[in-house]
Amino acid sequence: MTEKTFMAGFGGQGVISMGQLWVYCGMKEDLEVTFFPFYGAEKRGGIARASVIVSTEEIASPLVTVPDSAVVMNMDSLPLCEANLKQGGTMLINSSLVKVDTKRTDARVIKVPCNEIAEKLGDVKFANMVMMGALSKATGAVKLDKLEAVLKSFFGPSKHKFIPMNLKAIEEGMKAVG
Amino acid sequence: MAAEKRLMKGNEAMGEAAVRAGCDAYFGYPITPQNELTAYMAKHMIDHKRVFIQAESEVSAINMVYGAAATGARSMTSSSSPGVSLKQEGISYACGADVPMVVINVARSGPGLGGISPAQGDYFQSTRGGGHGDYHHIVLAPKSVQEAADLTFEAFDLADEWRMPAMILADGMIGQMMEGVVLPEPKDPATRVAKPWAVGNKGKRAELNHVDSTQLVPENFEKALHARYARYDEIKRTVARWEEQHLEDADVILSAYGTSARVCLGAMQMARKLGLKVGLLRPITLWPFPEKRFGELAGKRFLVVEMSMGQMVEDVRLYTHGKSEVSFYGRCGGMIPTEEDVLAEIRRILKK
Repeated sequence: MTEKTFMAGFGGQGVISMGQLWVYCGMKEDLEVTFFPFYGAEKRGGIARASVIVSTEEIASPLVTVPDSAVVMNMDSLPLCEANLKQGGTMLINSSLVKVDTKRTDARVIKVPCNEIAEKLGDVKFANMVMMGALSKATGAVKLDKLEAVLKSFFGPSKHKFIPMNLKAIEEGMKAVG
Repeated sequence: MAAEKRLMKGNEAMGEAAVRAGCDAYFGYPITPQNELTAYMAKHMIDHKRVFIQAESEVSAINMVYGAAATGARSMTSSSSPGVSLKQEGISYACGADVPMVVINVARSGPGLGGISPAQGDYFQSTRGGGHGDYHHIVLAPKSVQEAADLTFEAFDLADEWRMPAMILADGMIGQMMEGVVLPEPKDPATRVAKPWAVGNKGKRAELNHVDSTQLVPENFEKALHARYARYDEIKRTVARWEEQHLEDADVILSAYGTSARVCLGAMQMARKLGLKVGLLRPITLWPFPEKRFGELAGKRFLVVEMSMGQMVEDVRLYTHGKSEVSFYGRCGGMIPTEEDVLAEIRRILKK
């Protein structure tokens, strides 16, 4: 099994954190993993992209050029993901911010209103975790069953109080995939 | 119990490996895309009560390394391409004075200030002796975060053993990406190579030690250079290292190092699925170049892939002695070749 995922959004949406947590959990599930980020120099509002690969085999190029799955967190990222996605690949779209349909009729399209779901949980900042839950359910590549332990080492103690909310967001994201 | 696997950036993994190798002193100056390495050392060297100095420039940092290493301390600096250019004078002096040190280059695109994206345009500078005079030093090229850690750890031993700088030639991809890594156990200081030549701490030693690259008597200097080059020959015989896959039946052998080798591995796997007989020969030591292995394969068809306009390709041509047809595919300016690009090039060459 090799799942190559391309994640894209704008800075501040937690795209980089999502990619890191995805591969961190993958590593804890005994997979080979690689994560390569690309972000602008801006602190907020610039582009944020991540190439992430999880595999049962040795990973060749860390650069994801033809992703098996694409995560589209905002409108600006849609054309890029449409251009790169593998034939018949999975496209997960944050339908809270992407209001148009994709032109890629071959793709398996999964729309998740990440921002709305996250806001209902209490904070829009959890939108990335909602999406990661959906990605897990849609691809089955990373189960995320070790996420709680991963979050404990990923975040400093002062942020541990947010862990239950993160786990809830993952669960809601999984539920959003039919 | 097996050592814990950690998720780390290449830059941080190299920093931690250096700490575990017993790096006594680190001197650096910030530059993208290796900043996490300097930052890591700023925190962890001080936690370990070792020396960390952010110098006022790269030139200053390399000369601090030279001075600390001359006293026998395990010393290191890191930078990225334009910064490593500035360090070349100091590296030449260290090679002239037989001073071991570790230099990490997380290379970016050039020439000039260039860009901050990954590139492999520093091959010539690294392997030909980038400063003035007749010299070489060891150059190691990692392909993954794991190997970046392992080679950094080992570089300290190689440098001490052969009394010369050992360089890690990584690139922005290796430095910035995160992968799982099992770190080496910390080195026992008692197992370090002895340095009876080091300056300072004279104690009961009868003679004063001098560490210097100056040689004003040509007859003596020539002899000293011959002696050093005899050591280089020994290094070529014993230190050269490479990885190879599927060479036996290969109609075309891909050759690349570092990030490009990862891309070639993917291209080779895709080609094999199509029934194309493709192999991979990846130099791990760029100096000494695995020239003997390439010589044995003279006559085979080669495709060299680099993130440059073509530098290592010259060594592949040199050491296949004009008997091989050697093609080149490169991206530059911070662009990274894709597995699909390389596969297309393989198909073009094999006309399949």
